[in-house]
Amino acid sequence: MIDIKKKIISSYFKKKIPWHEYFHTLRFDAIKTLKKKVFTTIEAWNIPLLNRDYMFSHNTSIEWKDIQPHLLYTTDSYRLVFVNGVYSARFSKPTQRYKNICVFSHGLSPEKYVYIIAYYAKLSSSQDGFNALNTALAQDVAYIHIPDGLRVEHPIQLVYFSSGVDSHYTLIFPRNLVILGKGSYAEIIEKHYTLGSDIPLSNSVTEIYTDTHSHLEYFKIQNEISKSSLIDQTFIYQKFKSKCSISTFSFGGKLVRNNLHIYQRDSKVCSKLNGISILHGKILVDHHTVIEHAYPNGKSNEIYKGIFDDKAKGVFNGKIIVRKEAKKTDAFQRNNNILLSRKTSVKTKPHLEIFADDVLCSHGCTIGKFNEQAIFYFRSRGISEKEARAQLMFAFVQEVLEHIPIPKLKKHIYEIISKKMNVYLNFYL
Amino acid sequence: MLNIIDLHVRIKEKKILRGINLKIKKGEIHAIMGPNGSGKSTLSSIIAGKEGYEVTHGSIFFEGKNLLKYSPEKRAHLGIFLSFQYPIEIPGVSITNFIRTAINSFREAKGLEEMTATEMLKKIHKNSTLLGIDKNLLYRSINEGFSGGEKKLTEIFQMAMLEPKLAILDETDSGLDIDALRIVANGINSLKNRENALLIITHYNRILQYIVPDYVHVLYQGQIVKSGDKKLTMELEKKGYDWIKTH
Repeated sequence: MIDIKKKIISSYFKKKIPWHEYFHTLRFDAIKTLKKKVFTTIEAWNIPLLNRDYMFSHNTSIEWKDIQPHLLYTTDSYRLVFVNGVYSARFSKPTQRYKNICVFSHGLSPEKYVYIIAYYAKLSSSQDGFNALNTALAQDVAYIHIPDGLRVEHPIQLVYFSSGVDSHYTLIFPRNLVILGKGSYAEIIEKHYTLGSDIPLSNSVTEIYTDTHSHLEYFKIQNEISKSSLIDQTFIYQKFKSKCSISTFSFGGKLVRNNLHIYQRDSKVCSKLNGISILHGKILVDHHTVIEHAYPNGKSNEIYKGIFDDKAKGVFNGKIIVRKEAKKTDAFQRNNNILLSRKTSVKTKPHLEIFADDVLCSHGCTIGKFNEQAIFYFRSRGISEKEARAQLMFAFVQEVLEHIPIPKLKKHIYEIISKKMNVYLNFYL
Repeated sequence: MLNIIDLHVRIKEKKILRGINLKIKKGEIHAIMGPNGSGKSTLSSIIAGKEGYEVTHGSIFFEGKNLLKYSPEKRAHLGIFLSFQYPIEIPGVSITNFIRTAINSFREAKGLEEMTATEMLKKIHKNSTLLGIDKNLLYRSINEGFSGGEKKLTEIFQMAMLEPKLAILDETDSGLDIDALRIVANGINSLKNRENALLIITHYNRILQYIVPDYVHVLYQGQIVKSGDKKLTMELEKKGYDWIKTH
C-alpha cells in the first residue's frame, strides 16, 4: 500500500501541472490528508480497490469514431470530453461566451481563478480519503458557470473515457465544478465509459452550487463495462427557492459507489434524487444519499428503483436530516427493489434524523420479486413471458423515467434498458 | 370447438376437478353455475393455461388441438380469451400500449406485419365507442384505481380488440351494480356472432337474463352434476344450490 501512495505522490510531481498557487496549497493539504486518511476510508467502505498496482494511463490514441457512439449529442450541445482524466480539446465543444463551459487549466484568466477559489473544494470534505485523493490528483477540472438569469439552450455533456491498454489497473480523477447563477437553468449529462482494455477506477468528485431561483437537471449515466469501478461523490449546495434534480442511472460496472450529499442552505429549496439500477453479473452498486434540511419550507423527494439479477448486489442508504430550524420540511423517500435471482441481495436502509417539529417526512422501502399473476395476465393476452417481464420492468422504473425532461435522453435510457433486457419495445410505456 | 374429456385436476393434494366433460360448438353460449368452491374458476384457469395446477387425467381439445400442451400465450393466439374474475392492477402500463403489444404478438405469431398506428387507433376507437368506454380510461395504467365496472368493461374491451373464438367470462358479473352489469352485458352481446362461442361462469342468474345461454351446466364438487337449457337457471334461482347438493 505504501508503494501505491508513493507512486501517486511522485506522479503528481512528475506531471508539473501549471496551476494557480491556491490550488497548489490545496493539493499539498490533500496529499497530507491522503497520507493519513485514504486507507482508513477504504477500510470503512470495505473496498479492496486500492490494494493494486495502479498505472496512470496516458494512451490517448483514440479517434472520433471511437467516442462518437457514446455521445448523446454531436451537435446542438456543449460538451467536455476527457480521456484518461485529461481534457481533450479536439473532441470537446466548450464555450466561454456569456457563460463558462470549459476547463480550469485552459484559457481561464486570473480574474476567473479568483472567482473559482470561492467555490472549489469548499463542499467536498477534506477529511475524506477519496475526496482528498481526487483533490490531490485531479488534473483538468470541468468548470460550468452559468451567469444570473441565463437559460442554457442545449444540454451539457460531460464525458469521461478511459483508454488504457493491457489490462492495467488505471486511476482516473474526474472533477466537476458547477455554479448556477440566480434564476439560471441548465441540464447536464455525465457519462463514464471504458474504451480500452484497462481496468479503470474512476474517483470522481462533483461540487454543485445552485443560487436563488435557479434550476439544475443533472443526469449520471453509469453504463460501464463489467471490470470498471466508479466512486462518485457529489455535493450540492442549494440557495433560496432553487431546484436541483439529480438522476443516477446505474447499469453496469464492477463496483459503483454513489455518495450524494445535498445541503439545503436556505428556505423553500427543492431537491430531487432519482435512481434506477438495473444490474446483472457480479456487481455492487452502492447508493448513499444524504439530504440535509437546515431551513424552513424545504422539500425533498427521493425515489430509487433497483432490479437485480444474477449475482448483483445493491445497497441503498438514504439519510435525511431535518435540523431544528427546518420547520415545515416536506421530505419523501422511497426505495423499491426487485430481485430476479436467488443469488442477488439488496440492503436498504432509510435513515431519518428529525430535530424539528411540524414536518412531513415519509419513507418506505420494498424488496420483492415479480408478480406472477401479472405475468400470467400478459401471457393470457398472447404476450410472451419474456416480453411480459420486460414490460413489467419498464413499468416498474417508469415512475423515474417519466420525469426525464430531455426526450433524446429518455429515448437513450429506454434503449439501454431494452438492450440490457434483450427486448425491442417499439413504444414508450 | 372446445372439447373437455374426463378432466381431473388437483392443486397439491387437493382434488379440484373430478371428471369434467364439456363440449362447446361455435356459435354457442354455455353457462357454468355452481356454489363457491365447486371448481368454476379452476376450470377457467386451466383452459387459459395458468400454472400451479396438475392435470391428473383427461384432456382438453380446442379445434382438434391438444390444448394442455400449449403455453398461455399460444392458447391466446389459438383464440382463447379469459376475462378475469379479479383483473390485476398493473401500474405503469397503459391499456392502449398493453393491447397494442398483445395485438402485435398475435400478428407476429401469424407471421403478419405489425399493425399500423392508424389502423390501431381506428380499431381502438371503434371498440371503445361500441362499449361506451371513456377514452381517458384507455390511457391510464391497467386497472389502477378503476371501479369494479371499469375493470370488467376493460376486460371486455380487450376481448373486443383480440376477437377470440372462445371467450371465458369468469364471474364477469360479480361486483357490478345493475347499470354496470347492463353495460357490460350489452357489450358482450354486441361481440357475439355465429363464429365465436362464450363460456360464462357465474353464481347468479342475473347476467344470464341479458346474455341468454344455450346450455347451462351446474358444477358441484368438481363435477358437472346437471346440464340443461336456460330454464335450469330459473329452477336454481328458486331452489338454490342446496337443491343440487341434496340431489
